[in-house]
Amino acid sequence: MIALFIRDVRLAVRAGGGFGLGLAFFLIVVVLVPFALGPETALLSRIAPGVLWIGALLACLLSLDRIFALDFEDGTLDLIATSPLPLEGVCAAKALAHWVTTGLPLVVAAPVLGVLLSLPAAGYPWLVVSLLVGTPALSVIGTFGAALTVGIKRGGLLLSLLVLPLYVPTLIFGAEVARAGAGDLAVETPLVLLAAVTCVTIALLPFASAAVLRMNLR
Amino acid sequence: MVLKVVDLGVARGGVPVLEGVNFAAAPGEAVVLTGPNGVGKTTLLRTLAGLQPPYSGRIILPDAEAIAYAGHADGIKAVLSVNENLRFWARVHGQADIADAVARFGLGELAARRAGGLSAGQKRRLGLARLAVTGRPIWVLDEPTVSLDKQSVDLFGAAVRAHLASGGTAVFASHIDMGFDVRVVDLTPFRARATVSRDYDEVFL
Repeated sequence: MIALFIRDVRLAVRAGGGFGLGLAFFLIVVVLVPFALGPETALLSRIAPGVLWIGALLACLLSLDRIFALDFEDGTLDLIATSPLPLEGVCAAKALAHWVTTGLPLVVAAPVLGVLLSLPAAGYPWLVVSLLVGTPALSVIGTFGAALTVGIKRGGLLLSLLVLPLYVPTLIFGAEVARAGAGDLAVETPLVLLAAVTCVTIALLPFASAAVLRMNLR
Repeated sequence: MVLKVVDLGVARGGVPVLEGVNFAAAPGEAVVLTGPNGVGKTTLLRTLAGLQPPYSGRIILPDAEAIAYAGHADGIKAVLSVNENLRFWARVHGQADIADAVARFGLGELAARRAGGLSAGQKRRLGLARLAVTGRPIWVLDEPTVSLDKQSVDLFGAAVRAHLASGGTAVFASHIDMGFDVRVVDLTPFRARATVSRDYDEVFL
């Protein structure tokens, strides 16, 4: 499983692996917002947490279909399914690799982009904390969606439609933590709920992903 | 390590394609499945590999993890080198050494090359070398000699012979002569008569 994780990370950072794609997309979305809304600092700083969260979520979505589709096309998935690795572990390793190559760079980049949206100073730590706690759920849910659509040609759009509604709880609580943090309000309740959503998805979805993968490989 | 197939029926997309298939393969034996296109060779091999459940009958294996499967696609990552590809599969299967597989399939000169830059035949050789690093006794191969030249077919034949000599078993679908003794199982008489699907709940896919 460690071998699979290392291979996935290595594939992502090699040429054509899509590493940085999500990050660049995140950057562009966030840069476009002030252009669309005008350089009004008060408005921007009020919407900054929400915009950063939406941006991170969409950037995460961009690379989801690569999780299984590439391995399916070149036959690797069949071979992994017949290998000693349990499919549940395969799904967990792939979700982790996706998070390390997509979610983690977003967490690191978010404070820099916060400056562009004049996020209040108190908001930075909470923005990072909310993304750090919330983005693993995005990767795990996305892996489930990718497993569901693995055999489908050009399933990317279907994947987005399936996955985006599942992202709602994470988005609500994540953006709430960042918003409350920026406004010097209490963040404990949304943070606990955000962490709960992440923990539940990590605990349950690898099993669901493995089950649908088995179905799709028949 | 005897592989036994008892009264096996397999289905593709919910429609039975083969039924009543019986054969056994003892250590050191190679079984070649033949039959016209579409008779169900690939489906049977995928069922043997455990990628889909049998439609009827049984597959008796000494150990659930005994089979190494190689399908039409080689499972090669184009941006990884030949060595990296093999080492990944070796680690997945808990094996440490890839030198033997590299030597057996004549990949020594290609070891540091990016797999994406290999020719179709070289890729195939790399795909087959993966079998040697799995350390599993029963090889299930689907058209293993596709896109191999005469020399590579001989190389592959030698690798299979070495595997059989060390007590392994091989079951493969192929049309060409490998140059060693094999048991041929013609699948044509086992074509399924029934065409009505049963228990198929995946129509919406």
